[in-house]
Amino acid sequence: MNDLRDKYIGLIAAAGDESTLEDLRVQAVGKKGEISLLMRELGKMSPEERQTAGPALNALKDEINSALSAKKAALEDAALDERLRGEWLDVTLPGRPRRMGTIHPISQVTEEVTAIFADMGFSVAEGPQIDTDWYNFDALNIPGHHPARAEMDTFYMHRAEGDNRPPHVLRTHTSPVQIRSMEKTGAPIRVIAPGRVYRADYDQTHTPMFHQVEGLAIDKDISMANLKWVLEEFVKAYFEVDDVELRFRASHFPFTEPSAEVDIRCSWEGGTLKVGEGDDWLEILGSGMVHPKVLQNAGVDPSEWQGFAFGMGIDRIAMLKYGIPDLRAFFDSDLRWLRHYGFAALDVPTLHAGLS
Amino acid sequence: MKFTLSWLKKHLDTTASVDEITYALTDLGLEVEGVENPADKLKTFTLAKVKHAEQHPDADRLRVCTVETDEGDKQIVCGAPNARAGITVVLAKPGDYVPGIDVTLSVGNIRGVESHGMMASERELELSDEHDGIIELPSGEVGERFIDWLAQNDPAKVDPVIEIAITPNRPDALGVQGIARDLAARGLGTLKTKPVDPVPASFTADTKVVIDADTLDGCPLFCGRIIRGVKNGPSPQWLQDALRAIGLRPINFLVDVTNFFTYDRNRPLHVFDMAKVTGDLRVHRAAGGEELLALDGKTYKLQPGQMVISDAKGPESIAGIMGGEETGCTDETTDVFVESAYWDPIQIAYTGRALKINSDARYRFERGVDPAFTPEGLELAVRMIVDHAGGESSDLIQAGAVPDTSRAYKLDPARVISLVGMEIPEAEQRQTLTALGFRLEGNMAHVPSWRPDVLGEADLVEEVARIASLTKLQGKPMRRMDPGVPKPILSPMQRRERAARRTAAALGYNECVTYSFIDKASATLFGGGDDATMLANPISADMSHMRPALLPGLLQAAARNQARGFMDLALFELGHAFHGGEPEEQHLMLSGVLIGKTGPKNVHGTARPVDVFDAKADAEAILAAMGAPAKTQILRGASDWWHPGRHGMICLGPKKVLGVFGELHPKVLKAMDVKGPVVGFTLWPQEIPLPRKTGATRPALVLNDLQAVERDFAFVVDAQVAALDLMNAAAGADKALISDVRLFDEFIGGSLGEGKKSLAITVRLQPTDSTLKEADIEAVGKKIIEKVEKATGGVLRG
Repeated sequence: MNDLRDKYIGLIAAAGDESTLEDLRVQAVGKKGEISLLMRELGKMSPEERQTAGPALNALKDEINSALSAKKAALEDAALDERLRGEWLDVTLPGRPRRMGTIHPISQVTEEVTAIFADMGFSVAEGPQIDTDWYNFDALNIPGHHPARAEMDTFYMHRAEGDNRPPHVLRTHTSPVQIRSMEKTGAPIRVIAPGRVYRADYDQTHTPMFHQVEGLAIDKDISMANLKWVLEEFVKAYFEVDDVELRFRASHFPFTEPSAEVDIRCSWEGGTLKVGEGDDWLEILGSGMVHPKVLQNAGVDPSEWQGFAFGMGIDRIAMLKYGIPDLRAFFDSDLRWLRHYGFAALDVPTLHAGLS
Repeated sequence: MKFTLSWLKKHLDTTASVDEITYALTDLGLEVEGVENPADKLKTFTLAKVKHAEQHPDADRLRVCTVETDEGDKQIVCGAPNARAGITVVLAKPGDYVPGIDVTLSVGNIRGVESHGMMASERELELSDEHDGIIELPSGEVGERFIDWLAQNDPAKVDPVIEIAITPNRPDALGVQGIARDLAARGLGTLKTKPVDPVPASFTADTKVVIDADTLDGCPLFCGRIIRGVKNGPSPQWLQDALRAIGLRPINFLVDVTNFFTYDRNRPLHVFDMAKVTGDLRVHRAAGGEELLALDGKTYKLQPGQMVISDAKGPESIAGIMGGEETGCTDETTDVFVESAYWDPIQIAYTGRALKINSDARYRFERGVDPAFTPEGLELAVRMIVDHAGGESSDLIQAGAVPDTSRAYKLDPARVISLVGMEIPEAEQRQTLTALGFRLEGNMAHVPSWRPDVLGEADLVEEVARIASLTKLQGKPMRRMDPGVPKPILSPMQRRERAARRTAAALGYNECVTYSFIDKASATLFGGGDDATMLANPISADMSHMRPALLPGLLQAAARNQARGFMDLALFELGHAFHGGEPEEQHLMLSGVLIGKTGPKNVHGTARPVDVFDAKADAEAILAAMGAPAKTQILRGASDWWHPGRHGMICLGPKKVLGVFGELHPKVLKAMDVKGPVVGFTLWPQEIPLPRKTGATRPALVLNDLQAVERDFAFVVDAQVAALDLMNAAAGADKALISDVRLFDEFIGGSLGEGKKSLAITVRLQPTDSTLKEADIEAVGKKIIEKVEKATGGVLRG
């Protein structure tokens, strides 16, 4: 029996392919295989003989079987290895190109601003870009002769002959949305109004169209000190700094009183802006307490309600935060610019994950 | 508004430094735009005395001087012809920066002789263009700082010039005195007030002034005096210096006086040469068409109603804006009429705008000068003229009266504190207003005549707050509207916009923000360009009309990028377009364009030209992201800037168009200089119906364990048959059983013959109660074939 074992184990080990292996299986443990034939002999043996020969034969059969399957697995592995060797690829080839879209900085920054103010309870209001001179000027306490009208470089819409209404304007600021929002919902109110605004001016820092975000908060007891806090919180969150110093400078806007221009402390060392440190001041917005006449014009009783408003350039704060040098390029749609300054589609600014 | 420190100090008794003053000005709302302090660049120079000057051994023109300085005697080589012993000079030492030659000195060696500094000329110190020799001072001690000497002996040379921006509400700060008043109220000194000392009348004027009845609302007051026998000519040095320092050119004394008070007191004046005035002066409204040669050398044609001052010959001055050349004062003038009038700001603003004249007078009158100061301003000017140029003055010629601007508003100290959020004691509030010229009677604050901007209680708050300094304001937290976690604030439409924008970017499109106005030709191509959407004053012809659609802006952007060599483009924009010129005539759109290939040429060979179905897939994906129903119709017949055979409208019924996709019309591309073909889409987010509010709960998921079966069918149909119709017909064969129909092949022509095509679909059958048997499948198949044949005339392909 040992001879038999040695013979087959040897043959199995030497088998070079699956068909040889199959032949060996038939020869050894197939129906008419040598071991099967020996097992048939068992019936002719005495019980004593059978007691030793039976287990021995079974053990031999098991051993041959497992040798067969082990060899089979080994052959398969070898065959697979051989195939995989042939499947070698130059993995330094580039992947299939995929188009990468981008979100424009204006949209991204608008969402950042929205996220911050939403947390402070401001919702987002909208208004028309072509507006009446009432909403753009008169309602905001800028009468027809006011020098501010001339200073704003207003775009006027064409008026058809016979139509004697004052010409509509392309809104010169987002402030008319204050009036429209208060008319719609009354007080108390907290809204921001981001959007396009227009002024007839064109150079490196002025484009005839740009973007502003208006803020308006009206309640029983809102003060200019609250305005300062809100803006401090905004600037810290937006520029992602722990602390920032704001400077309120008395100024004048017809629709707020008192009015203040707001500067933030910054440094321009090495040509990059660092907010919250240094000795420079950077003007970022205009603000103030809403003028009683403006409240009145929007149907809100100024003896009962008070609050603040501010207006800030979205393009401007985008340029400051992301180091974008030229305003004009925002509207040029140069693919290189869009790719360089744009944001990934899924890079949604949130307060919990971060704004940039 | 520019002024010098010394000018300010004529009105303000102060020891404050320039820095303190400029800080306060900005903080008060008079924003400092620049300070030019000549002393800054002169502060290192000291006085020295030349003890000996000897010929340089090796150069004819040079002298070797021994100069006594605060650091002992120094040897200095000097080329100036006037360098000689005994003179007091201005010394620049090694290490000093000399502005006029832009050099920092070091010890020099000039032809073998060491030189320890230089003696400066006026040009080298940027004091004047004088360079014929070095400065020789008539006085001064060795070691004395040059700027100290100048301050004593020639103060104009070291007078700092401060420039501030004045907001339109502060005409009072357009005079140096008004600025001084603000600073005094802030506590930076004391306002100097000097009583006016009128020149006694020497004769009775024979020239009369009348204001037409219909002009009294525009000119309530006109004052004048005639001075005879003046000697006009150049102004005294101090006046010339003062005017030059703020950028004005001295002209002649009489004119300079008017300019001086314009800036000193915000009191524009005018002087007529009486020798050239004929008869009386009349203030009236122009009939229209009159022409006047003004002092700026231009001829203006007056419009009806504009105010003018005329004599017997006709208009001599555009009232409150600019005088006429004809009656202007020259060096030869001996008899002068000095005018001080009050003009209505609104009328001046309109006339100035209409005539496009920007003068100091217009600038001030349209913002509002102090009406009550009109007679005093005249007296100040007459006094200055007579004192310097002699002559004798007539009595006062006056027409009209000082308009009454008196008014008072309640000062509510508690409201001030509530609005500003700063504890300003009542006493301080009252003190502030008093210092600014308000008169307090109880809690009523009477407004000074020079503050036309103060028109209500809120203005008092502003005055108190700005004098108290907003810089000191401390932020105070604003409580939340509601306690707890903030509620979402975006409207469904705003969320939809965000979803659309981010989906488009995720699909590989670059977001653009293009101008809302475009050129007429491009607007016209896209259904716009009419007068209603035209700007009255466009900044250029390229930006003349409000855009009727987003595609023209994107196509222009594409053309620019193609010109830069970028041929594969995927651009989109989300924004408003304008279908009219009224506020409500704007609508939200999202447009995208695809141009060139799906990607760069690559080793995998996947780059292929983009086509309509790329645009369609993207349009549908964005619509889906915005919550549009999956089931839509595709109709033809969109606007004519689309390829007539290669576009589709994505609709919910024939009237409800959610979007259009397709290929742009080649004519449009040619007109816009875009290398096509271009495919793209336009979507109207507001057209998608808002979902009915159902809460966050989803319907239960129904999973079927029974095996689904798929069967393929191919039909031969006419080439014009819409695949969607065929698929809809197939799906309608058994709505319960058929869960999906997919088109997987289209084959046109070939063995099918002209005008025919084959469409192959896979129909998925999903049983719900029992496993499908072959007979069931057969039955459905038959129904599908019938339905398709009925709907499209298609026959099963053999």
